Amino acid sequence: MTEDTSIKNNQTIALGEIPVLDYAQFSAHNISLLQQEYNHCVNYFAFPEGNKLKLISCIANDMEHTIAVFSTVVLSDSTLPSLTKHHLAFHSFEREIHENYGINYSDHPWLKPLRFPFDRADKNSRIDNYPFYSIDSEELHEVGVGPIHAGIIEPGHFRFTCNGEQILHLEIQLGYQHRGIEKLFLKKKKLLQRTTLAENIAGDTVAGHTTAFVNLRESLCGYRAEEDLQFVRTLALELERIAIHTGDLSAICTDIAYQLGSSVFGRLRTPVINFLQLWCGNRLSKGLIRAGKNNFPFTKENGEQLKNLFEEFEPDFNEMYREFKTLPSVLSRLEKTGMVSNEQALATGTVGMSARMSGIVRDIRSTHPHDLYPQLNHDPAIKNHGDVYSRTQIRREEILQSIGYIKEMLKNIPTENKSRQELKSPSPSSFSLSLVEGWRGEICHCAITDEKGELLHYKIKDPSQHNWLALALAVRNNEISDFPICNKSFDLSYCGHDL
Amino acid sequence: MFGNFKILIHQGKQYIPDVTKAEVPGIFRGRPQISNEKTDTTALAEICPTEAISLNPVSIDLGKCTFCGECAIAFPDKIKFTKDYKLSTNDRERLIVKEGDDKLITLNREIVRKEISEYFSGSLKLRQVSAGGDNSCELELNACGNVNFDMGRFGIEFVASPRHADGIVITGPITENMAAPLQNCYDAIPEPKIIILAGTDAISGGIFIDSPALNRSFLDNYKIDLYVPGNPVHPLTFINGVLELIKRRK
Repeated sequence: MTEDTSIKNNQTIALGEIPVLDYAQFSAHNISLLQQEYNHCVNYFAFPEGNKLKLISCIANDMEHTIAVFSTVVLSDSTLPSLTKHHLAFHSFEREIHENYGINYSDHPWLKPLRFPFDRADKNSRIDNYPFYSIDSEELHEVGVGPIHAGIIEPGHFRFTCNGEQILHLEIQLGYQHRGIEKLFLKKKKLLQRTTLAENIAGDTVAGHTTAFVNLRESLCGYRAEEDLQFVRTLALELERIAIHTGDLSAICTDIAYQLGSSVFGRLRTPVINFLQLWCGNRLSKGLIRAGKNNFPFTKENGEQLKNLFEEFEPDFNEMYREFKTLPSVLSRLEKTGMVSNEQALATGTVGMSARMSGIVRDIRSTHPHDLYPQLNHDPAIKNHGDVYSRTQIRREEILQSIGYIKEMLKNIPTENKSRQELKSPSPSSFSLSLVEGWRGEICHCAITDEKGELLHYKIKDPSQHNWLALALAVRNNEISDFPICNKSFDLSYCGHDL
Repeated sequence: MFGNFKILIHQGKQYIPDVTKAEVPGIFRGRPQISNEKTDTTALAEICPTEAISLNPVSIDLGKCTFCGECAIAFPDKIKFTKDYKLSTNDRERLIVKEGDDKLITLNREIVRKEISEYFSGSLKLRQVSAGGDNSCELELNACGNVNFDMGRFGIEFVASPRHADGIVITGPITENMAAPLQNCYDAIPEPKIIILAGTDAISGGIFIDSPALNRSFLDNYKIDLYVPGNPVHPLTFINGVLELIKRRK
């Protein structure tokens, strides 16, 4: 018997095609796959089947461009040996399974609550009673920050254990943003309602999450998106990347009190998001991406506007960045601050920029390409120091790279397809998976349908779920005053994590 | 040093000179107009993802609307979204746009508390609380203070502590897990204090309205001073709304 079924990104298979192993085999297969650096876990979740739980693991193979899917069935009051013990990258997935369904793990290092969902198994576990790690010492002190922070930013609690100004340990407590999105996907039956939900998972990643949702939906319905739809999605993803990266460079400047950089990068974001509004009526592209249709055809005129935009954007951006990177007072704050080693990044299973900063070549655009990415032959921007400066440099490189891709795409704007086929109903008793490289990293949506084709389970994974731990590791032994710059350089999502 | 000057000169003036008259580029889904055209109204109401459309007469509740524009795409003769971004009001009823009327959305002066213009017309410091917000309204509220919109020129600013604030701006549908921190933050603001709800999610719960993960009881206990619709709110919608709220009475 084969241990797993290999699928491609955005492939739908019958639920019955997913091999069901016993837990020991399942566990061994997960562990053996993750011994290879080119394999990583893109999603691992439980869903109830009667009084049992089915655990489904999805391990992406970046060499073969496939995703291995396999499962096991366990009793809902089981105590199991953990995968985390062997590979830390599983820690958040197992904490989630424990928190949602009450499965216990005998050797998980710490089954801390992940997000305090409304339907958690243990109702006594409350957000105001989080089991913080603490060190009993008269020389150390703790600093608590949040959930409400000083700026206009989402809530989360950070608890630092410090020795003087130096951070020994950071504990990140999330869950404040939990809106019950995954359950709402099942409750809201209309396609537009679900699309709206996808657009509201994380407002800074509208194109990312909505593309994952519509690609998944179309795959379930056996619909192949025409080139003009793929064009819109790819373009929206790259514009979102440029806009948010530019805004983040501004925020990094703010956090090191470099006013000019903050203002100039901040204002450079404006024309990019204003272009989105000009095209689709919303600065963050809400309303743009739809399954099986497109409400806002991209015209030749839009193409010219975008070309002109970049003609003005690039010289201003390059001039500002050149000045920024030559200032010693800037570099001294960014270099060797908030470092994550290659080993740490690999062990914690980071994705996106948070992986590429530490020499890990992990980018869905090149390894599991969707929409127009196969044609773009994406070559990921890689840095090796894993510090704030690496994350800053990656942003610059990716902005310029995205502009290059868009210019290439504009040479061949597909005409609007006016005779689209109707979106059929989703196939019954199926499993589907969609991966998208958002600006923050890899987004994964999975769906399971029942015998009528209705959604039985919807699972969302934001890249932040992998990467929050990398931030906690990055700040160790740094001065607490460098926390804001470390945090901003990762720019992880609270709402995307809390769902 | 010279590099910095060169950049300053190259950047030129970036601010919008008059935020009350600025025009937004391209298409924008602002205040809708609903014509008296006969149409299949049941099908029309059925489209809306958040039940913002009511019938007899046909109306759109901008406190529930996600501004996706799908109704206007399906029924272009019935519904049209204009580029009018002045959507803020203090009167919940005024967010409901009815068939046939083409009134501007304004504040109800009668119910603006007297102390607001007395104390805050020249300076208003706000504390923002994201209570399940998806970070889109938060991005736009941040944008209000950037060099383009430059809300600071009116003395309106977001501050780091509720103790320094004159009011609270809430985004998001208010999750159960944020209910207590939100209350704590509000309690820490000195009197008199105002409450602004920014975005569809905050005003009505939006697409999350029937989620069991919410706890919106905070809103039952206080009077809301300003509703700013949008998904997310546009900086011009927010700035114009707040300017109207704190405007000195004649």
